[in-house]
Amino acid sequence: MVRTLDGAHLNGGQKLAVKYFNVAVILFFAQLAFGLLAAAQYLHPDFLRGVLDFNVNRMVHINAMIVWMLYGFIGSVYWFLEEESGRTIVGLRLGHLAFWLLTLAVTVVVAVYLLVQTGPGDDFTRWFVNEGREYIEAPRWADIGIVVVMGVFFYNVAATFTKGRWSGIAGVLTLDLVALAGLYLAGMFYVTNISVDQYWWWWVVHLWVEATWEVLVGCIMAWALMHLLGVRRRIVETWLYIEVALMFGSGILGLGHHYFWIGAPEYWLAIGGFFSALEPIPLVAMVVHSIYDAGVHRLKNRNHPALAWVIAHAFGNFLGAGVWGFMHTLPQINLFTHGTQWTPSHGHLAFFGAYATINIAFFYLAVQQWRGNVWMGAGLAGGWRWKWALGLLSVGVLGMTVALLIAGYEQSFIERAQGGSTWSAYFAAQTHPWFVESMAWRMAFGWVTLAGFVLLVWDLLTIGRHETRTAETLEEEPALVHG
Amino acid sequence: MNTASTPWWASTGFWKKTAIWVTAASFLLLIGLTFDTMAKMVAGSARVPDYTVINRHIDYRYDDQKRRFMPVIGGEAPLFGKVLSTEEAERLVTLGKKTIQAKNCMNCHTLLGNGAYYAPDLTKAWLDPAWGPESARPLLMKLFLMDPEGNARTYGTGRKMPDLGITEKEAEGIIAFLKWMSAIDTNGFPYNFRTAEGG
Repeated sequence: MVRTLDGAHLNGGQKLAVKYFNVAVILFFAQLAFGLLAAAQYLHPDFLRGVLDFNVNRMVHINAMIVWMLYGFIGSVYWFLEEESGRTIVGLRLGHLAFWLLTLAVTVVVAVYLLVQTGPGDDFTRWFVNEGREYIEAPRWADIGIVVVMGVFFYNVAATFTKGRWSGIAGVLTLDLVALAGLYLAGMFYVTNISVDQYWWWWVVHLWVEATWEVLVGCIMAWALMHLLGVRRRIVETWLYIEVALMFGSGILGLGHHYFWIGAPEYWLAIGGFFSALEPIPLVAMVVHSIYDAGVHRLKNRNHPALAWVIAHAFGNFLGAGVWGFMHTLPQINLFTHGTQWTPSHGHLAFFGAYATINIAFFYLAVQQWRGNVWMGAGLAGGWRWKWALGLLSVGVLGMTVALLIAGYEQSFIERAQGGSTWSAYFAAQTHPWFVESMAWRMAFGWVTLAGFVLLVWDLLTIGRHETRTAETLEEEPALVHG
Repeated sequence: MNTASTPWWASTGFWKKTAIWVTAASFLLLIGLTFDTMAKMVAGSARVPDYTVINRHIDYRYDDQKRRFMPVIGGEAPLFGKVLSTEEAERLVTLGKKTIQAKNCMNCHTLLGNGAYYAPDLTKAWLDPAWGPESARPLLMKLFLMDPEGNARTYGTGRKMPDLGITEKEAEGIIAFLKWMSAIDTNGFPYNFRTAEGG
């Protein structure tokens, strides 16, 4: 018997979710492909010069990452929306329309990035080609489109919960989406004063990535733990509130660690340093919470690959966002590390650990249901594939992270501390064998990451295909014994 | 773990209220700080100079009292040999900023340390010894920006800035923007930077 991917097994929201997941996987590939091109240009600067210059490859690399993660989050929310609210999605047709609009907009934006690339220094370029601000390079017309699509997504979520039933997860999620959409507006105006520009630019970049995205992932993770392990709602929702308090309590003013050197007043050194140093605490809470729950349930779960990725998320988020962020967040250290390879070192592990992992966990939940609630526990045929994919992706990203960290250390010492941060000091650091070797290792681990991705896609397309068993049903959560 | 035996500090209600209060308080504090910061970063403030600073001599020196590097604004030193009015200076710096965005500079360079790491930081580019004495700097920068491949110096990396079709006017705008940016008080970033004058 061959189990096919059959839409009949999915509810309305899940049918929309798998569309988002499909595009997310394609954009994940784009992220890796353009990352490899950019990495290769560090080693061979003439490679594709004049055709796809470094700035184009790097822009597509980071934009594809942001967008595939958003696609994954939106898909994950649509995935559980009907189950969580107890009803069909309000305005689902509008949701499908928004998906096609967003996907069309993303396609046009990427095509213009690749074919037009840059323009003259006028307003037309900023509106229709490229805004030239890292992470939010999308031209202004696309910004407006993104806000409209986020509005539809918010309407689907809020109206469905309102007409169905509210829960703790529903409340946190809905308020978080208001913040998520609202913050994007902070990046949608032009100003010549670069200090003011970067001040608001960080409102989008930081308050998305280090605050609202983390809370969004907290909601997704809370639902996943209930679904995968059968954890009681009261426990995950209490933990969710703890995480929200800690994340917003540290993350909102932790924004200040981006204001050290942009022309902002000196008090940001103290505020940003203090609150951003607290940012790892909620991530510790998430590790404790997920590992404790997994332990209480003796790791008995409905979907082994998904749970493994959830655990990878808990540790990856703590290590990448927490530890790697903390290492260079204090201004006394950041003065020497800011603008060096320390930042991509942190960025690679944090985005992978915090966000890629949880999305991949949901891809596995999706294929399980899509094949008719198929068995994904012990003794799964071809089970080596998901384990190797997990291993290769994790080793690949960790390898890149460590290579970039060594390059960052080298830059901090040789370019900054010794060389005095001039252009000749910059190039002295870039040509140092420690730097060049690090870039070669980064490239090698980039290929390992790509191998993991290929295996992941192969696995997602085939896992459970010849499986005859259906997923096990979860037992009631065992009562905790009080001594 | 029934509700009756749950201590107050582990209850859902307590943490729900805490989450709401902590979030609201943090956000209100951020709004207050934002108003203060905006007032202190307006062009023409002590930290972020007026655009006419491009008419002046700029240096970056170690401040013995603050124990960090600070921009030092000196006497008249007009860019391209002409003193610009407030409007003219703002217009030229604006053209530079828009060009820097339109040419996607930030995905190779860093500005104020933010961006990509494939090419040097531009925060104090105007003051960098690599660009020679101040008298020659504007011309050298302009020639480079208009033909970066022909005038490339790769310092052994092999990396060359691509030809981005920058016009003469746009190049002048970029240089004005870089000169203005070098006068922003960045709390001592970059550390230990020595200007052409040995600052």
